[in-house]
Amino acid sequence: MPVWLKAIVQSRAVWPVLALVLILIVAGSVSPNFFEIRIVEGRLFGNLIDILYRAVPTALVALGMAVVIGTRGIDLSVGSIIAIVGAVIVWRIKMGDPHITILFSALAAGILCGMWNGFLVSALRIQPIIATLILMVAGRGIGMLINQLYGGTDPSFESALLQWMSTGSIWLIPTRLILAAGIFLALWLLIRRTALGLFIESVGGNAAASNLAGVKAGLIIFVAYVLSGLLSAWAGVIMTADTHTSDPVSVALYIELDAILAVVIGGGSLAGGRIYLGMTVIGALVIQALTTATLISGLPPEYNLIIKALVVLSVLFLQSANARKAIGSLVSRRAS
Amino acid sequence: MSKKYLPLVATIAVFLALFLVGGSMYRNFLSTLVLGNILADNAFIIIAAIGATFVILSGGIDLSIGSMIGFVGVCMAVLDRMGWHPLATAAVMICFGILYGALQGFIIDYCDIQPFIVTLAGLFLLRGLCFMVTLDSVPIRHDFVDLYASAKIPLPGRGVLRSSAIVMLAALALAIFIAHFTRFGNNVYAIGGDKESARLMGVNVRRTTIGIYAIGGFYSALAGVVYALYTSSGYPLAGSTLELSAIAAVVLGGTLLTGGVGMVAGTLFGGMILGLISTLIIFHGSLNSAWIMISSGVLLFAFIVLHRFLVSSFDLRGTS
Repeated sequence: MPVWLKAIVQSRAVWPVLALVLILIVAGSVSPNFFEIRIVEGRLFGNLIDILYRAVPTALVALGMAVVIGTRGIDLSVGSIIAIVGAVIVWRIKMGDPHITILFSALAAGILCGMWNGFLVSALRIQPIIATLILMVAGRGIGMLINQLYGGTDPSFESALLQWMSTGSIWLIPTRLILAAGIFLALWLLIRRTALGLFIESVGGNAAASNLAGVKAGLIIFVAYVLSGLLSAWAGVIMTADTHTSDPVSVALYIELDAILAVVIGGGSLAGGRIYLGMTVIGALVIQALTTATLISGLPPEYNLIIKALVVLSVLFLQSANARKAIGSLVSRRAS
Repeated sequence: MSKKYLPLVATIAVFLALFLVGGSMYRNFLSTLVLGNILADNAFIIIAAIGATFVILSGGIDLSIGSMIGFVGVCMAVLDRMGWHPLATAAVMICFGILYGALQGFIIDYCDIQPFIVTLAGLFLLRGLCFMVTLDSVPIRHDFVDLYASAKIPLPGRGVLRSSAIVMLAALALAIFIAHFTRFGNNVYAIGGDKESARLMGVNVRRTTIGIYAIGGFYSALAGVVYALYTSSGYPLAGSTLELSAIAAVVLGGTLLTGGVGMVAGTLFGGMILGLISTLIIFHGSLNSAWIMISSGVLLFAFIVLHRFLVSSFDLRGTS
């Protein structure tokens, strides 16, 4: 095997990318026009663009989740944060704030939620899964309360700014893709071009040891949850702009599970110590490509969950040492 | 009194305190009628939480509970329409639950994947199967369902113990027996305390893990049966996010999510506290689900802080 081929095979990127390509090929063979991209009303349209377009909220949440998981934590409250952000946006719009202020209020709400989670995990030292469970349980209720602040009878709204972020485009490219790329770049610079990423990975690897080495583990963990809150808030802004309304009960239901899945498909381990930002985005794309492929292949949408479960299980099964050994011995017995 | 009973005592104290608060605010609150209704209305959550207690005691987690409840419900409803007796369906579904749980346990141990991810896939799979069985709400119409709804044991006062509550209490008794009076129960605590030590001490980790998740599957399927009979219908979205209520009940009941510490009986009171909160809010007359969610969250927070305090001051986890 040539060196470059070996390098590719041994790269951790190969399996998720292979899965994505495979899904796209299957989808392309089922639907002949799958790869077609055309320009409608000054914007690119097509299935591939659609996958990118729809994957943005999950990808943003998953990026925050990847950082939190890097600290050996988990953030279950992301769906609730999105619900709160949606309610805050509608509340401030009804109060007549300028829309750019509303955008910042929404992001501030997400940061506040992240600070609460970070406080519980780093200061009170509560296990991440329970600490974030608190906001997950209470958050949608908080969203409903915020909606009651303006009466809550008509949560729908119109906003040119949010509309532009949802369906608008710049130079043919949907705005949210540019926005997401910008956020990804900023996060990548923050994680990979400052010491923060190194600190997070060291805290996730061994919090006690990095504390002894002079890394303030508590502060690093706190920052990770704040980042996750901020990124969830961005996802919340886009999802609220999409629906023109605030629906705290059902918005972004199960998004925490999809986000965790994206991180795991991207090769992140829940045991912490590693952050793969690019691979996490690939993971989110795999999930969305799977959903889109299921829909356009004509299968009923109910199958989507089952296919997702089976794909996840088989990917994890192939990654596990025991299963590989069993398959390996089976193959070598056949060969001999 | 052994210090391992402290969290249980704290849970019971909070339950009694909440009950007394209700009694001081509303006439007729302090009655066996209210108590019987709380038991019956929350029977399915408590049953599911009992199964989750075993999983959490072993240091794992089971996210497939809510989907299992939904899936059992739609199967009961659809098979009822095809003329099956509800008891026969219940038996089949409980067997399915045990097998499904055992499979999850096997994958967790054999492939060495986090329980969170495996049971998450289990959640997706079962919810997807729900949608494949039916997309509509299907009523269950059978004489047995009427019998189930009307059967009750009178309690002193005006209260009654309904069938759901009876099933729940029987399930609880079985769970207490398994957890505290069998070798398997000891193994569960051992794995939750420290998996490697348990393995070195000769605990068969694979068999125990499979058993733990099989018990989880059994209890969530039983919860699904009780839920379907209680609501006499099956709905493919039933039980969404119920796994979180179950986990909250377990935590409120004094079990540590890190595993190894806790009691099955505490889960009963944890589930009753959740039920008591919604009953209090319903008595208040506002029927505001926002406040139910928020007060559950606040209570969860209070309990966790209380726990941290108990664990650190009484050294519940030993000197590790």
